[in-house]
Amino acid sequence: MTFIEEILREQLGLSADLAALLIVFGGVLVVATGGLLTPIITIWLERKVAARFQDRIGPNRVGPLGLLQTIADVLKLLSKEQITPRDADKVVFFLAPILMVVSVVTMFAVIPFSPLAIGADLSIGILYAIAVSSLGTIAILMGGWGSNNKYALLGAFRVIAQLLSYEVPMILALLVPVLLAGTMSMQGITEAQANIWFVFFVPVAAVVFFISSTAEVGRQPFDLLEAESEIVAGYNIEYSGMQFAMFYLGEWLHAVVICLLTAILFLGGWQGPLVNADNVIGPILGMVYLIAKTTLLYFVHMWIRFTVPRLRIDHLMAFNWKFLVPLSVFNMLIVAFIWKLFPAPEEPGFVAELPRALGVLVGNIALVAVTLSLLQGYATRERQKVEGLVDETLYDPRAPRVAASATD
Amino acid sequence: MELNEWVFVGAFLAIAWTFPLAPILANYFLAPSRPSRIKRDTYECGVETVGDTWVQFKVQYYLYALIFLVFDVEMVLLFPWAVAYNELGMFAFLAGGVFILLLLEGLVYAWRKGALEWS
Amino acid sequence: MGDVVFAIAFWVFTLLTLGGGLAVVTVRNLFHAALFLLVSLFGVAGLFVLLVAPFLAAIQVLVYMGAIGILIIFAIMLTRGMMRLEHPFNSQAVAGGAVALLVFVGLVLVVTPLADEIGLAEVNIPAEIIEEDDPADVDYETVSEMGRVIADRNGFVLPFELASILLTAAMIGAIVVAREDEA
Repeated sequence: MTFIEEILREQLGLSADLAALLIVFGGVLVVATGGLLTPIITIWLERKVAARFQDRIGPNRVGPLGLLQTIADVLKLLSKEQITPRDADKVVFFLAPILMVVSVVTMFAVIPFSPLAIGADLSIGILYAIAVSSLGTIAILMGGWGSNNKYALLGAFRVIAQLLSYEVPMILALLVPVLLAGTMSMQGITEAQANIWFVFFVPVAAVVFFISSTAEVGRQPFDLLEAESEIVAGYNIEYSGMQFAMFYLGEWLHAVVICLLTAILFLGGWQGPLVNADNVIGPILGMVYLIAKTTLLYFVHMWIRFTVPRLRIDHLMAFNWKFLVPLSVFNMLIVAFIWKLFPAPEEPGFVAELPRALGVLVGNIALVAVTLSLLQGYATRERQKVEGLVDETLYDPRAPRVAASATD
Repeated sequence: MELNEWVFVGAFLAIAWTFPLAPILANYFLAPSRPSRIKRDTYECGVETVGDTWVQFKVQYYLYALIFLVFDVEMVLLFPWAVAYNELGMFAFLAGGVFILLLLEGLVYAWRKGALEWS
Repeated sequence: MGDVVFAIAFWVFTLLTLGGGLAVVTVRNLFHAALFLLVSLFGVAGLFVLLVAPFLAAIQVLVYMGAIGILIIFAIMLTRGMMRLEHPFNSQAVAGGAVALLVFVGLVLVVTPLADEIGLAEVNIPAEIIEEDDPADVDYETVSEMGRVIADRNGFVLPFELASILLTAAMIGAIVVAREDEA
């Protein structure tokens, strides 16, 4: 930053204020454009990967390997008429897709790409990201309401119930890295993972965060809002052309952002061998590491997307409130407790931090073991219930129907 | 010095909305516009729209939103606790633990009362 | 430049807050009123940032806009026929206005030095508080300090726990009210 400022001031003779202003706006443009362009690649990537999962070839006509497919799609959408329904609440209808994209793009402002490259290193960084993304809920509600369409409004209500519910385990899981790092700054959380990445000793929090943020994006297996094969598109049913594309863009960007956030919070962000702020190559290398980790997570994301079937809405809610929320609460308590049992290492270092990390890891493993055994017991009871139901009602009409009423 | 960082965020917010606006406007100028009465009808699976869009919604949605709100406030209060946790003693764990277990009690109540069932 | 940016930001957020608030009470469409309320709340969040309280700003957006705003809209949707109000004023308009005015005057007297200046009341604020801080110098790390205080035996640990009890009570109460068939 200072390097560019010097050029602006000394070579071009600008005043200090103007130079600072130009740098701010230039930074915003670079970060936002970079963020907005990622879906061009990820949409192609995802279509290719989906095709491989489903034993197809995927896009292969437009450009080499079909790389230009997304651009062709954008051009097609640009030529489509944007229809606003007669009865729509026109201003709200118009603003909804814009707010949707804004709510996701502004999250890029606090993403640390390397030790030096970060838009704004806020002291409340991660809370800022969560707060901004919660504005997307309002955009969905505006879209559903503005369309003046029963299905759109119903779809919006369903989505919001889902988004609100899954925000609870997401934030609870997020408290764990904040607690371990002792800061909410994204750069601070990354720096706290210099020796051991958080995912290695708080895997439960990492997995809960990844699952619930996948639900926040509303993708398979949590894509009840869309469910292309079952219901009409949901809250965005009345949208067409670029306005529809903006909702789509918001979703795809959000998918990238949650992978970025998971990489930063749990996989050490830009941390990796040979990264430090002092040499020239360090910052660039950090960016490469972060993108590599994000891509890896994005692949996992796609993997889940194309292999796990869609959940039913009551299962979706039960999974959140009766499984993820209690799990993340107990996880946080266990991590906090064990973290306090071990004294803080005198100075940072892999060996010094190892005992405490191992202790927390053991706690995590114990939690998983208990959870699995509870789940096994639950599954056994459910199975016996179903089997019992079949036996009693089919073969013995006088048998008490306790099992049937006990299914709730 | 953090105000400088916030200047960046403010600039970001001020500029961000032009990014989605630009393609929408471009679309508006590029694409043909031939509105017709039927095209601008509300699309409800091809069936004529019946009645008001304002159908009364289930109280269930409201209940989820309420439970979420309570958890949201709770978690926001836990953030300062988590940030300061490294500098505090075992008493801090007790404070936070009691705080969150009290709320878990509310969740258990909701669970037992069936407020979490989707019907 | 800092001062200019600060001033512009202050006026933008003030305009959002007051304009949004005014629109809430004047707009006929209930849904639009709720959206204007969110605009107003966003303005308040911006003012919090200018007051060097970023944590409160985040709470403002996360809790007030993201949760309470949605809750208000849900509540509007639950009430049928509230949409077409013929008269924006009801019989309690005068009383409501009087209460609002009283609260406003009270707030002005308590939080601003205006009362002292016009001689209505004598406010003894220590000089070091009145002294204006440059926002660039203020420490933004207020969050960890807050964390230390709420988990301190001699600090605010009791209010902290009471907040949890209050929230639990609110949740239980909401469930009881919403599911009156089982209560």
